[in-house]
Amino acid sequence: MKKASLLAVATAATFMAGAASAATLDDVKAKGFIQCGVTTGLAGFASPNDQGVWEGFDVDFCRAMSAAVFGNPDKVKYTPTTAKERFTALQSGEIDVLARNTTWTMSRDVNLGFEFIGVNYYDGQGFMVKKSLGVSSAKELSGARVCLQSGTTTELNLADYFAANDMKYDSVLFDTADEVREAYIKDTCDVYTTDQSGLYAQRSVISDPENHVVLPEVISKEPLGPLVRHGDNAWGDIARWTLNAMINAEEMGITSGNVDSMMSSKNPAVGRLLGASGDLGAQLNLDAKWAYNIVKSVGNYGEVFEKHLGAATPLKITRGLNALWSTGGILYAAPAR
Amino acid sequence: MTADVSGQAGVSMWRDPKIRAVFFQVLVIAIFLAFVFYVGNNTIENLEKRGIASGFGFLSQPAGFGIGIVVLMDYNAQTSTHTDVLFIGILNTLIVAITGIFLATILGFVFGVLRLSHNWVVNKIAATYIEIVRNIPLLVQLLFWYFAVLSVLPRVKESLYLSENFLINNRGINFPSVIPEAGFWMIWVGLLLGIVATVVVSKWAHKRQDETGQQFPTLLVSIALIIGLPVLGALIAGIPFEFDYPKLGRFNIQGGWVLEPEFLALLLGLSIYTGAFIAEIVRSGINSVSHGQTEAAHSLGIKPSFTMRLVILPQALRVIIPPLTSQYLNLTKNSSLATAIGYPEIVAIFAGTSLNQTGQAIEIIGITMLFYLTISLLISVFMNWYNKRIALVER
Repeated sequence: MKKASLLAVATAATFMAGAASAATLDDVKAKGFIQCGVTTGLAGFASPNDQGVWEGFDVDFCRAMSAAVFGNPDKVKYTPTTAKERFTALQSGEIDVLARNTTWTMSRDVNLGFEFIGVNYYDGQGFMVKKSLGVSSAKELSGARVCLQSGTTTELNLADYFAANDMKYDSVLFDTADEVREAYIKDTCDVYTTDQSGLYAQRSVISDPENHVVLPEVISKEPLGPLVRHGDNAWGDIARWTLNAMINAEEMGITSGNVDSMMSSKNPAVGRLLGASGDLGAQLNLDAKWAYNIVKSVGNYGEVFEKHLGAATPLKITRGLNALWSTGGILYAAPAR
Repeated sequence: MTADVSGQAGVSMWRDPKIRAVFFQVLVIAIFLAFVFYVGNNTIENLEKRGIASGFGFLSQPAGFGIGIVVLMDYNAQTSTHTDVLFIGILNTLIVAITGIFLATILGFVFGVLRLSHNWVVNKIAATYIEIVRNIPLLVQLLFWYFAVLSVLPRVKESLYLSENFLINNRGINFPSVIPEAGFWMIWVGLLLGIVATVVVSKWAHKRQDETGQQFPTLLVSIALIIGLPVLGALIAGIPFEFDYPKLGRFNIQGGWVLEPEFLALLLGLSIYTGAFIAEIVRSGINSVSHGQTEAAHSLGIKPSFTMRLVILPQALRVIIPPLTSQYLNLTKNSSLATAIGYPEIVAIFAGTSLNQTGQAIEIIGITMLFYLTISLLISVFMNWYNKRIALVER
């Protein structure tokens, strides 16, 4: 399956007629579901629950898109992808949108032929070590053996950070986050490095989370966001405004609980977003109540965050940078009008 | 006989086998070329449509990521390029393939012969190994070796000390490294001389045995030469090296040489798996030699141990070599499964990380395929040459 995916872009580029990629919205409507690329399993972001139903922060973005397009959040099929496979899967048209805590970088945006539609999680790369090592700063890690996932910006940041601080390290690379965690638990390596959100997620599923500590250093900017293929701007717009609608809904105080009463809000911006007035839905070629459907069936950004990552979950991640700009974070969505 | 066969009256052009053959061959080539043209054209068109840049310029770009196991080369994440990554990947693949082929061959021959033993216990042990190992997928075996065997070894701080400077832990096997000093070349010269002398001695011994029937302890003498001459060289140059001993650092063992668990797991997995197949090949080869050969050898008074080595195996090799070649190829290609256990061979780092960082899927996969094709063809060429050399010469 791995080889197949690695080669997918080659095969797809060689055999598929280019027309298939022209209008993703039409394709999606015709087949009746959105094919969404997610992780192979990262607690809180995307992982199947006891019933085998995918859940998580990134999964809810896919569900929000489905709600916007179909008025029903469950018309999504998930493709678990490893860090290495994800881009080929999107390039080849195997998936319609990739929501897989992927860092927005220039070369990915430009050279790989993708369009990042925004940032749904501001993250940074960190380190997790066992408390028993007595390490309190990443600057003390010279000579350590570091486990990480291959095919990520993590590899590049790690090399940069250790070079900049004149430290040495050994790296061991695995394909999936689960393998990295397994190797880290078995003490094959001293350090687990990935985005801090990922570290918290992995720590929450280790049997003894209290014995592991995430070091304070954040060594990179990792704006994580969903992405689509270059060249289909209409589909990109739907993805972008799905995210913006969720953030704007939080800013306007619209939640899944009060969205029905908010329909008759006196605030004209709320009416425009929810489709009570104006034609924003029609501009996207969607139903007028597209944003209403998102908030009603999935929730606003804050609700989704608290549900999967927040204080009530095993991950216990605070909003931090991911709070709204009006409450001290940097989450800032363009206005819907 | 002089009549023009194809021009014979009454045979239509369509029925003429020669013309028909030419027609179909031209047709097949035309279809093939059209296919290649279509695929190539479509690829270029689709790449352009999706805004994916193509070309080999990325090979001279700095790689920017670290690699865990680098031998014989200097690698620096900031300055080394994707070309260096390619070479490290190739080197790591070759190292595990060559050592794996070596080990698998030994395992295969030993267990293939044991499988035919008349001793019930030995026979069944060999049979158990072969049947179990052959019937479990290789990837599962690799994961078994890595996660179930090697990573549950003692942790670094509780390393097993086989001797003061020889440690085993779940980060690998550590042993002292040799740091060459001035005059180290004397040891290489000694080794070279030892090998040359061994070849000369064994040729001479062969000739003498052919002429006089007297035997010469070639094996012992060769070992003495190959070990003795480098030691002599070292003594003359005044022991031109120092040892660097492994020591426990803050996190890891520092200094010395280490065989990483990723390498060990891959090597064990590949050679044990392929060894089982080779054992079956060896068994079938030996079985293919008529029992009369054994009886004839015994009736001539040749000892049983010599019978196997000098009479049976040489004849069995004719049957063994061709399928053995394909096992060697399998082993080399299977090394690409290393990507699951973190060994940095070509598929893991070049067709994995480099591909992902640059996005040049078609170019990188193309280069990787070309590499495997080249290696496979080289192994085939070598084995075919060897096969010809040992083929039965009819007298």
